[in-house]
Amino acid sequence: MGNKKGSWLTAALLAPTTLWFLIMLVFPLIVVVIYSFGERAPVGGYVASLTLEQYANLPSRLKAFTNTMTFAPLGALMCLIIAYPLAYYLAVKVSQRWKLLLLVLVILPFWTSMLIRTYAWIFILGGRGIPTLLEIIGIEGVRLINTPFAVVVGIVYGYLPLMVFPIYVSLDKLDKRLLEAASDLGSTPFRSFVQITLPLSMPGVATGCMLVFILLMGEFLIPAFLGGGKVFFIGNALVDLFLQSRNWPFGSAVAVMLVIIMLVTVSLYMRFTMGGKSGRDTSIM
Amino acid sequence: MSKDYEDDLPITASKFMDELRRYHKGSVSRRHFLGVTGLGTAMAVMSSAVPSLAPGRALAAGNLSNKMVLATWPNYHNPKTLENFTGATDVHIQANVFGSNEEMIAKMQAGGGGVNVIENTNYTFQDYVKLGLLTPLDLSRIPNYDPSTQNPKFAEASTVNGKVYGVCKNWGTTGLVINSSKVKNVPKSHKDFFDVTMGEGSGHTILHDYQLTTIGAALCALGYSFNSVNAGELAKAEKLLIDSKPHLFAITSDYQPGLRSGDAWMSICWSGDGKQLNTDLPEMKYVIASDGGELWSDFYSIPADTPSLDTSYAFINYMMDPKNQVLDAEAHGYPTSDSRVAALQPASVQSDPILHPAKELFDGLEFGAAVTLTDPIRAEVMARFKSA
Repeated sequence: MGNKKGSWLTAALLAPTTLWFLIMLVFPLIVVVIYSFGERAPVGGYVASLTLEQYANLPSRLKAFTNTMTFAPLGALMCLIIAYPLAYYLAVKVSQRWKLLLLVLVILPFWTSMLIRTYAWIFILGGRGIPTLLEIIGIEGVRLINTPFAVVVGIVYGYLPLMVFPIYVSLDKLDKRLLEAASDLGSTPFRSFVQITLPLSMPGVATGCMLVFILLMGEFLIPAFLGGGKVFFIGNALVDLFLQSRNWPFGSAVAVMLVIIMLVTVSLYMRFTMGGKSGRDTSIM
Repeated sequence: MSKDYEDDLPITASKFMDELRRYHKGSVSRRHFLGVTGLGTAMAVMSSAVPSLAPGRALAAGNLSNKMVLATWPNYHNPKTLENFTGATDVHIQANVFGSNEEMIAKMQAGGGGVNVIENTNYTFQDYVKLGLLTPLDLSRIPNYDPSTQNPKFAEASTVNGKVYGVCKNWGTTGLVINSSKVKNVPKSHKDFFDVTMGEGSGHTILHDYQLTTIGAALCALGYSFNSVNAGELAKAEKLLIDSKPHLFAITSDYQPGLRSGDAWMSICWSGDGKQLNTDLPEMKYVIASDGGELWSDFYSIPADTPSLDTSYAFINYMMDPKNQVLDAEAHGYPTSDSRVAALQPASVQSDPILHPAKELFDGLEFGAAVTLTDPIRAEVMARFKSA
């Protein structure tokens, strides 16, 4: 009896979440899958049909897929390289007094729209920005804006906080006594870092990489603004297909493909990074 | 019987409160409430005595919402005109800026939701009407619009199956803008434009993120029609575009920042932007290409699902007032199709070579066709060019 009551309670508590996922995730996904087998209406949009034509056309967007699959891991890696020392400094080195202020500074950019911040980079990287400063010190003819480099800069700038926080959290929980013990036993600081700090911060690193990678797979703003429309991601292909050529069925097929790629990469990634670990390590996920 | 002060009042205090509660609960209409309490009469008397309290002329047209959404283009209005409208009517305008007509149609098709007025282009009317997305206009509700003062060449595109769906906002041309301090031999044609792009000007050209104008420019450069939907001609245009891609600065319709910073030297350009750039930076030359180009006109239209028809009409009527058109044109720079406006503008505007090109160049321009916008091959050519 009591057990039955408990399961009713669980069901009642889970109902809103389940409903939310059904309405906001499952149903739209089903619609997208159905659309991907349809055809473009003469003036754009969707007409019902049952064809694999859209999937057969996927190779025409190969460049967008390869670009995304290059820039998403690269962006995540660059974020990691820059975020790790920062998170380490915040978690281990900074005194309690300054910690909060510095953490707020990391979040501060999120208080303005991503659109405005990315647009601002157009001017910083544009001809009258950094290249003009470089000319003063004698380096001429540098083109930064509308290059893959500008896209990477935009990615690191935009996604850095998403990498800093998970790493910070895992480093902050680190038991400092382990480092003291290692030191007492004659370990060098470098060895302590490699053998203790780094492995214990891996859940944070894995979470940060996953967050940045997954969001980058759908990114379109940064390549459009800082790549000048010349660095083309799947996100840009989708925007074009839905808003410009209004080929909704093909757009749906591209979207389904993106979901499949994401599921495969993420599950492989989880197997490699989390495989064999106990539940405690993955709790941060 | 003694006379109480309440005897002269149209309603007693307690009755007033009763009516107020009924109105609050929604049991009676606002009209009933104003009538039975005498507040309506009081307001009318007061407003005639104190003119500044009178509702604006536009209000007379019906009940206006306190907010409206305008679907428009970049740099397309004088902020003062919009502020004046808000001042006169208390309707606040939210301007949604779009990058292309396709994007605008896509948003409307997906259930635009809450847009009062759109500023669509001549070649979109056939599609909008086919999709049932526009309200046929009742011109008697736009008394400031006078069909007899309109140039039919620009105004006629909004008439579909005998019904008028839009009133002309302004017209313009699509040509090229060249920074003459960077490019010594200013291109006179699209062919020159692509030659310079892949030659001395490599790395400094912007093409629009818009199939109509970008493919149109490539087609003109090859000697074909701006509107071609011929598969063979489009394949050649695609090749030209893809060949030029490594030499481009950017593919974007927001081309003014790149040109102003000096990073970009040339771009496909709409005449109003050409005028704005040339006014600020005289070295920016607007060129109508000798091998063709586009002539277009934009309209004010009302989506079928506008949240407030009265507000939509009030806005369009306000914008059709020749004085307001003159003020608006001071900022966007485009010529209007209304002869009353031309009469109010300084002579320099009428003789401006950017806005009113020479006849021999003007005659070579084509209006974009409905099929040019929706042709699936053109859409795919553009997509392949961008993802190449």
